[in-house]
Amino acid sequence: MSDKPKAIKGAANASDEFDYSAGLAVIPADKIEDPGLEPHHVRMTDKSKKHEKAAARQVALLFFVSIFGSASALVIYFLFPLSTTEFGPVRENTFWLGLAIALGTLALGIGAVHWAKTLMPAAEQAEARHQTRGSEETRARAVEIIKLADQESGFSRRKLIRRSLYTALAFFPLPGILVFGDLGPNPGRTLRHTKWAKGVRLVHDPYGAPILASDVTEGSVFHVVPANINPDDEDYLEQKSKAAVLLVGVNPEDLTIAPDKKGWDYNGIVAYSKICTHVGCPVALFEQDTHHLLCPCHQSTFDLNNGCAVIFGPASRPLPQLPITVDKDGYLIAQSDFLEPVGPSFWDRSIN
Amino acid sequence: MSLFRRNVNGARRHPMAAVAVIALGLIVSGGGYAAASAAVHPASSATAADTQLVAEGKKLFLGNCASCHGKNAAGEVDANGKQVFPTLIGVGAAAVDFQVGTGRMPAQASGPQMMKKTVQFTDHQIAALAAYVQSLDPTGPTVPDAKWLDGKGDTSRGGELFRVNCAMCHNAAGAGGALTEGKFAPNLSGVKARHIYEAMITGPQNMPVFSDKNLSPSDKRDIISYLKYLEKNPSSGGYELANLGPVVEGLFAWIIALGLLVLITMWLAAKSN
Repeated sequence: MSDKPKAIKGAANASDEFDYSAGLAVIPADKIEDPGLEPHHVRMTDKSKKHEKAAARQVALLFFVSIFGSASALVIYFLFPLSTTEFGPVRENTFWLGLAIALGTLALGIGAVHWAKTLMPAAEQAEARHQTRGSEETRARAVEIIKLADQESGFSRRKLIRRSLYTALAFFPLPGILVFGDLGPNPGRTLRHTKWAKGVRLVHDPYGAPILASDVTEGSVFHVVPANINPDDEDYLEQKSKAAVLLVGVNPEDLTIAPDKKGWDYNGIVAYSKICTHVGCPVALFEQDTHHLLCPCHQSTFDLNNGCAVIFGPASRPLPQLPITVDKDGYLIAQSDFLEPVGPSFWDRSIN
Repeated sequence: MSLFRRNVNGARRHPMAAVAVIALGLIVSGGGYAAASAAVHPASSATAADTQLVAEGKKLFLGNCASCHGKNAAGEVDANGKQVFPTLIGVGAAAVDFQVGTGRMPAQASGPQMMKKTVQFTDHQIAALAAYVQSLDPTGPTVPDAKWLDGKGDTSRGGELFRVNCAMCHNAAGAGGALTEGKFAPNLSGVKARHIYEAMITGPQNMPVFSDKNLSPSDKRDIISYLKYLEKNPSSGGYELANLGPVVEGLFAWIIALGLLVLITMWLAAKSN
């Protein structure tokens, strides 16, 4: 191969054409010398007609495979028709169509690359970057144009226009501040309170049936929302996501009750906020035997029998307990709202 | 010429060697697993008459269960008053049918969780054991009526109830999931309708109880119908990857998809021989 690569062999012996200052770039004293291009590699297809022919056949074969893939995609589209009533055919259609189109695309690409790698000329060529600095002539002309523009527009000369423009530009973004201020109301008291209140019945999620205390047998778990939220409410999901409660029946003798939480359970029926105190996932994986309550997101584990104290994981506070009792008909009701904000920590967790 | 020779005869590995090694590894580990799974005992047959079911159940109980659950089925309590083996008085026929019918009982060894394995008794023997345990306390839950198990309930209502009450442990697609300290909620695919119903009503191991006052028999029928519907109707979104969610999908994308891309990139940059 006669076409010797033209390469830069480091700054020392480079030709003038490529000899320019490094600008602000730091040049280390012990910089690694450019090793230049590796020796030219003679391919089998350059030396042997047999191999060249084989490579040509492979490339053509890949293109035929691509034709097969694309053609199959056409057939498959009609072979697996989509249905307006069933979801199943979507899967078949997407899978086979995707496979056929992938074959068509992939074989086309692999064929093209194989062609370039085996049959097209393999001589190495290096093209150095040209100098980034313009010639003196170009630079002088640029300055000339800028000066002319300044002179013609009168930008430097007309002080009134220039200064009023600066002021206009300073005022321009100010309305944006007001618009960004409208992005959301301050949360106010919404983070501190839920829909639970004195006398609100505990009802089944999602169908709203009230719960008799006598139905909550030992080892039972009920997923509960307050009776005073309605799926038709504008803020239904917001209220539900704050007020969701897990109601569990346990043996009253197994409960360890803190002195300030006496009377919050009803004969061993306890109600805890389902919103994790870590980042607010629903904590609802209850293990009856170990009375562990597990959060599926980050494995925070709470001991239900011991005031939902954290026994493992990143949560830093116990789950808030909802004080409950029964009304005259025997249905479970709340004694009050939660006495601390539910969910993750925020800037000021005082209840008011 | 030396270049030519080295490339043809001096190649140390065939290009397909890596593929062959991986395939061999998969075959060996897969085959080993299959062999281990197959090493199970066949259930012994029983020829006892249908009469005296309770008496027969008691005999089976004393022979197979009493070593842990005690001769009077009251379980075993250690010196500190902690229940080491659970009492069976009041657990009902449903609990026996679930535990023995899914092979969880008799237990093989103690561990975080009793595992599902090959059923050790015939249907008749299980019925006898269930009848005996039911006779100890007739208030326990009984084996459910077949009309709740037909899988012809309201699947969309069942799906909603499943997502509220069950999906946090068993996964929205019923694929199961991990709990604490080695315990897990099992995959529900392929579980018999009767066993799903019995699990809800008895709360086996760490599963909570869903009594008929919590989820009515008709609710349970809807939930079973939903699970059976899932079994028959594969996901429309493509291959489920065991329905285990973003962890598996991410692992697949990072290892398989990205791995393929890396291999393609290496091939693109390699010089042709």
